[in-house]
Amino acid sequence: MIMKYTTIWLCLLLSLSTIAIADEPIDFQRQILPILTDHCNHCHGVDAETRQGGLRLDQEKSALAGGDSGEPAIVARDPGASLIMKRITSTDPDVVMPPPKENKPLTAEQSQLLRSWIEQGAKYGSHWAFDAPVKRPVPLGEANPVDAFVLDKLKKNGVQPSAPAAKNTLARRIYLDTIGIPPSPKELSEFLAANVDSTIDSLLASKQYGEKWTRHWLDVARFSDTNGYEKDLRRDQWAWRDWVIDAINQDMPYDQFIVEQIAGDLLPNPTQSQIVATGFLRNSMLNEEGAIVPEQFRMVEMFDRMDCIGKSTMGMTIQCAQCHTHKFDPITHDEYYGMFAFLNNAYEAQSAVYQPEQLKEIESIRSSISAVEQQIRERIPTWESDSTQWATTVSASQPNWQHITFDDLNSVSGLNHPVMQKDNAILMTGHTSSDVYMIGSPEVTGATGLRLEVLNHGDLPFQGPGRSSNGMWQLHTIELLVKKPESKDWEKIKFSSVTADHSTPETKDASGKNVFGPVSGLIDDKPETFWTSDRGIGRRNQPSVAVIALESPLSLPPGSRFKIAMHMGDNIGCCRFSLCTTPNPVAPACDQAAVLAMSKPAAMQSAEDRNAIFTAWRKSKPELKDANATIESSLDRMPQPYTSVMHLVEREESLGRPTHVLDRGEWDRPKTPVQPHVPAAFHTMSAGSEPPRLAFARWLVDRRSPLAARVAVNRVWQAIFGSGLVDTAEDFGTRTLQPAQAELLDYLAVDFMEHGWSQKYLIKLILTSKTYQQNSATRKDLLDRDPKNEWLARGPRFRAEAELVRDIALASSGLLSNKMGGPSVIPPVPQNVLNYNYIVPTYWNPPTGPDRYRRAVYVFRKRSMPDPVMSSFDSPNGDFACARRVRSNTPLAALAGLNETIFVEAAQGMAIRVLREGGDTDESRIDYAYLLCMCRTPSAAERSTLLQLLHQQRQRIADGWLNPREITTGDASKLPGLPEHATPQDAAAWTICSRVLLNLDETISKN
Amino acid sequence: MHVPSAEIEKQLRRRWFFQDCGVGLAGMAATALLQGQSSYAADSSNPLAPKQPHFPGKAKRVIYMFQAGAPSHLELFDNKPELTKNDGKLPPKELLQGYRAAFIDPNSALLGPKFKYAKHGQCGMELSEVLPHTAAIADEICLIRSMQTDAVNHAPAQILMNTGSQQFGRPSFGAWSLYGLGSECEDLPGFVVLTSAKGTSGGASNYGSGFLPTLYGGTPLRSGGDAVLYLSNPKGIDAETQRSSLDAINRLNTLAMNDYGDPEIAARIHSYEMAYRLQTSAPDLMDLTKESKETLDRYGVKDPNESSFARNCLLARRLAERGVRFVQLFHEAWDQHGGLTAGVKANAMDTDKPSAALVADLKERGLLDDTLVIWGGEFGRTPMVQGGNDGRDHHNRCFSMWFAGGGFKKGYVHGQTDDFGFNVVNDPVHVHDLNATLLHLLGFDHLKLTHRFQGRDYRLTDVHGNVIKSLLA
Repeated sequence: MIMKYTTIWLCLLLSLSTIAIADEPIDFQRQILPILTDHCNHCHGVDAETRQGGLRLDQEKSALAGGDSGEPAIVARDPGASLIMKRITSTDPDVVMPPPKENKPLTAEQSQLLRSWIEQGAKYGSHWAFDAPVKRPVPLGEANPVDAFVLDKLKKNGVQPSAPAAKNTLARRIYLDTIGIPPSPKELSEFLAANVDSTIDSLLASKQYGEKWTRHWLDVARFSDTNGYEKDLRRDQWAWRDWVIDAINQDMPYDQFIVEQIAGDLLPNPTQSQIVATGFLRNSMLNEEGAIVPEQFRMVEMFDRMDCIGKSTMGMTIQCAQCHTHKFDPITHDEYYGMFAFLNNAYEAQSAVYQPEQLKEIESIRSSISAVEQQIRERIPTWESDSTQWATTVSASQPNWQHITFDDLNSVSGLNHPVMQKDNAILMTGHTSSDVYMIGSPEVTGATGLRLEVLNHGDLPFQGPGRSSNGMWQLHTIELLVKKPESKDWEKIKFSSVTADHSTPETKDASGKNVFGPVSGLIDDKPETFWTSDRGIGRRNQPSVAVIALESPLSLPPGSRFKIAMHMGDNIGCCRFSLCTTPNPVAPACDQAAVLAMSKPAAMQSAEDRNAIFTAWRKSKPELKDANATIESSLDRMPQPYTSVMHLVEREESLGRPTHVLDRGEWDRPKTPVQPHVPAAFHTMSAGSEPPRLAFARWLVDRRSPLAARVAVNRVWQAIFGSGLVDTAEDFGTRTLQPAQAELLDYLAVDFMEHGWSQKYLIKLILTSKTYQQNSATRKDLLDRDPKNEWLARGPRFRAEAELVRDIALASSGLLSNKMGGPSVIPPVPQNVLNYNYIVPTYWNPPTGPDRYRRAVYVFRKRSMPDPVMSSFDSPNGDFACARRVRSNTPLAALAGLNETIFVEAAQGMAIRVLREGGDTDESRIDYAYLLCMCRTPSAAERSTLLQLLHQQRQRIADGWLNPREITTGDASKLPGLPEHATPQDAAAWTICSRVLLNLDETISKN
Repeated sequence: MHVPSAEIEKQLRRRWFFQDCGVGLAGMAATALLQGQSSYAADSSNPLAPKQPHFPGKAKRVIYMFQAGAPSHLELFDNKPELTKNDGKLPPKELLQGYRAAFIDPNSALLGPKFKYAKHGQCGMELSEVLPHTAAIADEICLIRSMQTDAVNHAPAQILMNTGSQQFGRPSFGAWSLYGLGSECEDLPGFVVLTSAKGTSGGASNYGSGFLPTLYGGTPLRSGGDAVLYLSNPKGIDAETQRSSLDAINRLNTLAMNDYGDPEIAARIHSYEMAYRLQTSAPDLMDLTKESKETLDRYGVKDPNESSFARNCLLARRLAERGVRFVQLFHEAWDQHGGLTAGVKANAMDTDKPSAALVADLKERGLLDDTLVIWGGEFGRTPMVQGGNDGRDHHNRCFSMWFAGGGFKKGYVHGQTDDFGFNVVNDPVHVHDLNATLLHLLGFDHLKLTHRFQGRDYRLTDVHGNVIKSLLA
């Protein structure tokens, strides 16, 4: 019975739609492309590997030509002759398309649409978002193009726009959309008296503008203060966050904003700021679990960076092509790795970051050192030949060291993963652990000495050579063991002496037990001695060398195994071992940095190398004692880094990393090698000599890019109107329909580029439109016709984002700190949330002073422990790029607003503020409180509701049911600081009222 | 509470579909369903209302006892006499080809199981001596000895078990269940998480909503403080003042509703009202004083106020009784790289009795048949020793899990590993197969329970998974 009705109903539907379809021209993009992508192109699309029957339906030419059968799939104007229609309408399960097993049957309506489209000529069109945007003629009659396009649509739909919003509502709306904080009563009255446009200008010029708009970028940039995964250790990456705030405040052109973040380090003479910018791609999660293969998770980070670029700048879900050619969008498997290759050649660097005044100080120290060096050159005019001569002598005195290669490198714990590099250096990857060993079968004949070079590497903190927080190391012992072919046991080789280019003067640790410094500690078999080589601030992160003389020359028969075991305190990050046969070998008398520099041919020496040689030379000259001392004391004055940042540095060409297409996207299944290249379906890459990653960054935001400006503009629109003109801010691919306001989007995109990619310009254009300034009340006449306000016949109204909800409460209460930048601030979090961590963060000490009330953009985010308040208001936790938040409305969020510590303190603070500033009567105070929270005065009904609550609660306090101290301070023994004439009872009653006001829908919404 | 005006009620009903907002505890996430982004059609305007799956499922709810850290199958479920015989010897060369262990050199000595095994129940299921209580319910459970996974590190493996992907950001099984089935409980969250021992490697992503609306994610019920975050009123605010405050909030929101006509305001009124109800229902749930001493003893709850796996099992039963759709227990304690004997014994002491008590109790209350009970971790452990002679490394080629109720066969052992408990030799069950089967038991075709995100229809089983029919009763 049910079946019957359904059939009748279907027939009815079909006949209706047939009539509708026959009348109107079919729009390929809106009506046909979605059918092809959803139902056909999985097997008949871009991906040649999974293509069935050689048939491709995503392109006009190949669809007309047909597949392997040679029969045209589509014959324009003749559905009867079109194979595709025969297959679609077949009732034979072996013939019908899509095949039943795909579970994607076409509806009768879809099939009819395809028929009509073929009847009408089967015209293909390209996907709207893959054609570069153009400015179409602006409909006449409105000064602001936003209004021109919007009103034109409204007129066509026969809808009147809404009246302008009340000016105080508008004031609050504009404040929230520019600086993310509601206006104070004083600012509100200024706004009401002033010209709206000029107020918008001054708000956009305010520093707080950057704090509000940075948060939107942090979402897509998956910013976090921790590394994620199991260990989820803390990272210092806030310098990058401050860079974003600064860039947005400066209104850095969006194209430059992207270029600096992807390749700032490759710009000519990059500034510290441009290097910090590249922290963007480093925001990926970092797995520090004990047993990982580090390269596997570096690749996982790379995939994440690709995903982030896709969502943030391309508006494409490119990660589909990680495993196979994209099923819907024109990105092949090969092209994915072509883009990947642009990014695959960077070090995972971490460097010091200085404050601007420190940078000046460093500059001045450097120039004073240069001055002394210049004096030296003047005093010894032959310095150039002298130093070259000296270097030649030093080089010649070095034993002939033969590098050792190892084939079995590991650590006893399995935590530390030593890896052989191309230059025979060993890089320690994975977790730090002190028990590393390396085994190989070098040729050993008459070996007299073993050399350990401790080396810099771009992947180490501050380039190492160590892995401590400042890139340093402590080496406890080295053991050399050998196993001859016939032997089962390792035999320990005895050492006679050890020398180093440098050792730190002896120090003891706090316990007084361990001794750090002299290299003799390496071979003295004492458990408490460590060799360290810290040359002090300004010279710290450079190579060192130790040379160990063997007690007697060592020769090994072929097939012997040769093992070095190292025991470390702070881990060495990169090192190299060599052997020599020179009798009594010793370490060079100068810094190893100079020896390494000398070993390069002059033509290959960098400025740094030449400087290392010069430095070592001058230090070798007794007559320069005073000058050297001056330089050393200058270096001693170098400032301590303010913080550090994880960023990108391109690897040397000689250490280049090849990129391969990865089979099924598996990190350890490389197929064919690929060169960096961009997808053919998009604009070409401009030819030039710039480094590949920089060229790629410029390509992403090229004026010819169909996506860059649209995606950026759409994201701004989304932030202001609650959803983008394109609903899916992260995906403009072929599955995304052309939006209702496509012409407006394209106009804004082109206009944005024409105005120097200026976000402030764009925001002002939107905020000054009548469209934006309309009343936001829901309209009964549009409830059914335009429920999502896509036509924009009213202003935006929605619950503010998580960060603003918190900032609004703090601003209303007067507690909000206006301090900018700096380390992220730990928020109070219940102990039973902290306990859920795999590693409980011992650093979790929320500040008690004004820092407690910093803006939410500065609140510390821990990936495996999403902030309970922020996440209940839908803020993402940074595991991956998020271009669009979902808005929920849950009891958990209600509980946070009512009871969470900071919200409670905001209510307490607001009570005091109202008593202090809100006049002497309950009525005047209620009016003032409304002004603080909602920028308006209450209605009579609202006023009486609050009065009733106030009186009732006062009575309960008077009757002793409630303890005013507890309510106002959370502590039964403490009184709040009260304004004159106010009583604790007043403050308690007002805390209760403030808590109510701070939780109102209107308070936490943009209205 | 001030009853919303008739106008609001009308609008609420009418406009429910068009909101981005959520109503109810797990809330409302109509957007996706409404934009036709889901292949799963809701038959109710409230997405949290119970929904019909694709076909009638055997199970209506899930209790997932996740044993994080990876329990040793060799000490618990998979007896290997050959391994005992070869204790101290190196594994056969051919076994290790292409194999990578996490920490150890795979070419390490074999280590025989540390405990004795015996057959139990009418089915004769062989179980270790450290699981006497599980042994007593052997005829109720389905034991899979042939589980397989792709990941060999804890966080990615836990995420894979729980979300079907090693990549962070996918919805968890619990979130999918809630998305597909809605909630039957008005006063409590539809997906509840209970944690004992320590925090898990996978963290909050183990029970997250991924790209599904946040409302479908798991809500932890915590111990040592508020069970639900921020459940308690601020100091000094008593129940009466709280009620008056909420009345004022609701009244003022209703007035604003009249001005703005925005149905989200009605949804907010509802959320605050639900929050108030939660302030009663959550403490009531967590209050074990009404449970008899026999019950507490049966579960092995020593102190009803102290967090423990036993207490969480009892809470799981109480949650099931209240109609909570998905309860997931996390017990992160099983990573015995060393101290294997003592560690496994201690963990068994903590988990064996309560797990078995939960199954038996559910059965007595008539809840077992439609409750899917799951017990297992993220991977297994190596037959080779780690360290001296009392530890095992991570192993993804095989591990064991057990299931009860919800349509699983009873007293049945599925799959077989080789003599060393190294590889599966019969009836492998990959994580994706397991998830496909679990969804099947809830009434879903795992290929059809999808959500479109970034232009792609995602599912719990990614592009894999086969329902293992032989597991079904």
